[in-house]
Amino acid sequence: MPDGANAVLHVEGLKTVFKVRGGEVHAVNSVSFDLKPGELLGVVGESGSGKSVTMMSLLGLLPSPPAEVREGRVMFDGRDLLKCSPNELREVRGLGVGFIFQDPMTSLNPVFTVGFQIMEPLRRHLGMSKQAARKRAQELLELVNIPDAGQRLGDYPHQFSGGMRQRVMIAIALACDPKVLIADEPTTALDVTIQAQILELIRELRQKLGMAIVWITHDLGVIAGIADRVIVMYGGQIVEQAPVGELFAHPRHPYTRALLQTVPSVRGERAPKLNVIEGQPPMLTQTPSACPFRPRCAQAFDRCARENPARRAVGRGHDVACFWDFDSNGAVTATGSSADA
Amino acid sequence: MFTFALRRFLIAIPTLLIISLAIFLLLEAAPGDPLGDVPLTVPPDVKEKMRAALGLDSAWYVRYLLWLKQFFWVEPLNLVDYIFGTDYAQGMQRVISFQSRQPVMQIIAQRVPQTLTVVGMSYLIGVSIALPIGIYSAYRQYSWFDQIGTLVSMIGFSVPTFFSGVVLIIVFAVKLQWFPSIYDTTHQVTDWASFMKQVRQMAMPVMVLSLYNAAQISRFMRSSMLDNLNQDYVRTARAKGLTEKVVVLVHVLRNSLIPVVTVIALGVPTIFGGAIITEQVFKVNGLGQQLITSIHSNDMPMVMTLTFIFAILIVTFNLIADLLYGILDPRIRYD
Repeated sequence: MPDGANAVLHVEGLKTVFKVRGGEVHAVNSVSFDLKPGELLGVVGESGSGKSVTMMSLLGLLPSPPAEVREGRVMFDGRDLLKCSPNELREVRGLGVGFIFQDPMTSLNPVFTVGFQIMEPLRRHLGMSKQAARKRAQELLELVNIPDAGQRLGDYPHQFSGGMRQRVMIAIALACDPKVLIADEPTTALDVTIQAQILELIRELRQKLGMAIVWITHDLGVIAGIADRVIVMYGGQIVEQAPVGELFAHPRHPYTRALLQTVPSVRGERAPKLNVIEGQPPMLTQTPSACPFRPRCAQAFDRCARENPARRAVGRGHDVACFWDFDSNGAVTATGSSADA
Repeated sequence: MFTFALRRFLIAIPTLLIISLAIFLLLEAAPGDPLGDVPLTVPPDVKEKMRAALGLDSAWYVRYLLWLKQFFWVEPLNLVDYIFGTDYAQGMQRVISFQSRQPVMQIIAQRVPQTLTVVGMSYLIGVSIALPIGIYSAYRQYSWFDQIGTLVSMIGFSVPTFFSGVVLIIVFAVKLQWFPSIYDTTHQVTDWASFMKQVRQMAMPVMVLSLYNAAQISRFMRSSMLDNLNQDYVRTARAKGLTEKVVVLVHVLRNSLIPVVTVIALGVPTIFGGAIITEQVFKVNGLGQQLITSIHSNDMPMVMTLTFIFAILIVTFNLIADLLYGILDPRIRYD
């Protein structure tokens, strides 16, 4: 539930639809959240839960058609990004909001030097001269711990390793000192040691620069290590939101609980089989009128099929979209009854 | 890059020698007699003398080696003599056409300008309209512009030039009488009026050929752009806040041009090869037309030399295409 007026990014009722042959796919359904200055918001969920689409929708980065952002408000810097003209949006991209993408191998243009690609947003948004941009680009490469930064500006992406390329991507995203950094599974394509290095780098950069970060991932381990607050997404909706400690200690949504149970333990006896959540994530061809997790949920009862649960507060900064109450191990009687927790 | 170019250049020499031998043997094996047009009333012993005068009495390998010497030694010397007014060639035997008894190179030198102005111009025009069409068609895929572009390039691709050429003649030369149907090779451009006449007589062959070239290259350009428009780096470029113009014309275009430039470079030798059929239709006395008449009359030195020059051009432009590839794509290094 969006709270606090001092959020850098305030999203309300966001709804994104993909037009496909023979109908529509409702990828994002009434998503609302806040991003506070300097915090790291983790967004988890399995593939197809709408994590990336939500973040792409904010800045109009989805190809349209087929994508269409149908409803909602995205407040950033005192204006609604969904009402901005394409030109105004371009001013926000790169300058106010930086992006890091999943696959560093393909996210950089292979035929331009790394220096050119870092200098581009600097020259476009900050109007820097070539020399000034070059100097700043070198500083940025040093900031992301690339040795020999001055030399490497003239190198092409294929001369960098995967981890190094992701560092370059981070340098590009941070070039204009954005208030918000959106990282879309930035470590998914990297092996574990490089992943650890990138996480360490992000922690360090957060301390130095103090921007707010949205970190999309499906790796709960990464979230536990880095996030302040977590949003769990399922079927294009936010099903649970909580501070990171609270989420791992007291998960309230059956999906979150199931997700946490799938994480294999490295201590004790090795389980003969990995835990999985049975079933497939839903393909939403219309606005959900029932709980999308219902077919895979052990707690599902008749009300779940009748209406889609709204998010209700269950603790400080903790809310969940579910009719089941794990404290009393029974159905919640009236919506919003436990909001005074 | 330099060592690569040098190595490729050195490899090209044996390649070309083998090609020249292959052409020579093919012509040797082909049926037909250069003296076939000589009347039957000429007695056989006279005919034998004529044959000997053409050098046809010696064995094929002698004639092949002789041709090699003439092509690679005598002709360059003649060129040097022609340019600097020296006399290195000293009247050595050149490659002589059976048909006109004139040095083959002189005839080729007369024909090249016709071919280059007409075919070269149509290639230039074809490429310069194909690139923007390809780019825009890909950017607005399935728009009406793209649909029309697809239709026109289908037509340009599949309608043979002897058909489209004749249609143009009927429409523009016979009905509308805008352009002459026959190309006047002897026409000299001296002033504005004669320049306009040259433009008018070039218009139809150039139209036919540039439609064909544009059809081909615009399809290459379009599909290459489409390959790149969905790449992740395009999303990165947009996420940086770059304008669509920069995203498409700098980031995507630079990547898309790599294969297209190769195709364009490989197409250049076909300019010199001339458009055999189109030249025939519009009576342009170019190289293609020369090749056809020489084949008809079994003018072996002419056919041999022309074909071999085409082979040299093809090998050269293959090399140029490879080098361009290395320049345009930083991932390719030849060392």
